[in-house]
Amino acid sequence: MSAPTKAPETEVDSSPVEGSPSEHGRLLLTLAVALVVLAASVIGGVALGPTSIAPGKALSLLHEALRGGVVSAEDAGTYAIVWNIRLPRVLLAAVVGAGLSTVGVAVQAMVRNALADPFVLGISSGASVGASAVALFGFLGALGLYALSTAAFLGALGATLLVYLIARSGGGLAPLRLVLTGTALSYGFSAITTLMVFRAPNGNAAQSTLFWLLGSLGGVTWSSLPVATVVVALGIGYLLLSARRLNALSMGDETATTLGVAPERLRRELFVVTAAVTGVVVAVSGAVGFVGLMLPHLVRLVTGSDHRRVLLLAPPAGAIFLVWVDVLARTLAAPEELPLGVITAAIGVPCFLLLMSRRGYSFGGR
Amino acid sequence: MDLELDGLTVTASGRRLIADIDAHVRSGQLVGLVGPNGSGKSSTLRCVFRTLTPNRGTVRLGGEDVAGMSLRDSARMIAALTQESQPEFDFTAAEVVTMGRAPHKSTFARHDDEDRRIRARALSEVGCEHLAERDFRTLSGGERQRVLIARALAQQPQVLVLDEPTNHLDIRHQLDVLALVHRLGLTTVTALHDLNMAASWCDRVHVLDRGRIVAAGPPREVLTPEIVREVFGVRAHVVDHPGTGAPQLLFEPSRPAA
Repeated sequence: MSAPTKAPETEVDSSPVEGSPSEHGRLLLTLAVALVVLAASVIGGVALGPTSIAPGKALSLLHEALRGGVVSAEDAGTYAIVWNIRLPRVLLAAVVGAGLSTVGVAVQAMVRNALADPFVLGISSGASVGASAVALFGFLGALGLYALSTAAFLGALGATLLVYLIARSGGGLAPLRLVLTGTALSYGFSAITTLMVFRAPNGNAAQSTLFWLLGSLGGVTWSSLPVATVVVALGIGYLLLSARRLNALSMGDETATTLGVAPERLRRELFVVTAAVTGVVVAVSGAVGFVGLMLPHLVRLVTGSDHRRVLLLAPPAGAIFLVWVDVLARTLAAPEELPLGVITAAIGVPCFLLLMSRRGYSFGGR
Repeated sequence: MDLELDGLTVTASGRRLIADIDAHVRSGQLVGLVGPNGSGKSSTLRCVFRTLTPNRGTVRLGGEDVAGMSLRDSARMIAALTQESQPEFDFTAAEVVTMGRAPHKSTFARHDDEDRRIRARALSEVGCEHLAERDFRTLSGGERQRVLIARALAQQPQVLVLDEPTNHLDIRHQLDVLALVHRLGLTTVTALHDLNMAASWCDRVHVLDRGRIVAAGPPREVLTPEIVREVFGVRAHVVDHPGTGAPQLLFEPSRPAA
């Protein structure tokens, strides 16, 4: 049995033991740093864009807005950009990033596969079918502005339900069965979406659908925020409280049982939570790939695999990441916007390859 | 605390895995289950650590039926080493041992100094303090079993259930693990493949064949040439171990059929 040693023994002795007070302090410090960086990123995200605004200006305008102050007439235009356009968009980017990265951690534990991501359960492709139906054929027209996100959510829900029912019919939600069912159905849903795009009566609509499929926060208003924020926050809260159970589940179903955790029940709960969070996130931002796969691994590099720590840092890390991805999406080809999925892939693929070449990080490979 | 198995019967997809398994493990005893592959050793143990629900029969701990307990409650009393392979993520040995605290912590409880003390004691009891920060998956087979035993100890159980704890280990580590389990002195049920290991370490041995117990008692009474031939289809002689005095089996090499 070959057992590559990770670090020389002498180093091991000097490092603080997991869970010791000093380790705990380091974790809190990391979390504090992450939150400060997140706050700075939000301000940066508001300042940067096709029209650049000095961060100090952005900050003072935000301050005025929050305390209900007055802005001078010459600042009115800038204020409108900051408050009505940029801030909700940046905040939603943070919410989406936090949600996707946290749900990625949960899905990887749920199907016990380090290569899984929130979309492996067919959620995003289901949402795409719903969104395409609205964008291309005007379904749910009565809902007006909300038609797209409602349809995307319904599509996500339908897909999730289908995956659940099919995966379950084999008796229990076996991890591999879940992944295979999700993957197979994803292909089916993608085919339906593609077919709709091809049969679309109007070329512009087809293009905007494709754009949506790759993820975009264009046209976000304050109204998009509350539902997504509440659902993502509840999801993160639930997962944080389940961290210990996720650890047990990662060791295998039998071991989890002997540790007092019912694996079937936990997996069912996780399924509902991940479906709800992913569905809501996809509904407001489209299918932003790679965040839910990559961020969990990046966070584990810093915290190790204990879910009590991973789940604490995954939300701010995902939030920071997506805020900057969105900034790049707005500015790189301004005044055009790039789809978020293109940027996450452009950053994510090299990051991932770098990770893989790193010694000592195995991606859960044997 | 006594562990009693009473008439355990499990049928899965029309096949009877075990039938009428009775066993009484007295407090502090080390009891071995032996038998050929597929004789029902693992199924019996699964009923004890509750990944399998018997169709009939009961598992009682200190007189109380475990079927009436929550999983968390029974996990505080019964710790187990299953045959499951590796975790998917690179937990450190210390993190793996900490998982043994799970059944003792409510949803909102944080790990405190008490948990850290218990973890440190468990690691030192199995002689693995120096492995605490190592990636569990990079440990050798013997080290891994020790760390898993430390996790079981962190559960502060009354009963230890081991499903072939010496599988895939070299002889030194096989002896090592059983000596450790013996030294811990917990009420223990273990499935074992190696009859001589069972004869050396167990207070009592139950021999299973096709889902039924065919013999039970002290190793010397149970691991006889007759029973070994009947159950395993192998000829054997029994000799006394010159050092320990334990009965040991010498097997006749089977000759190729003419």
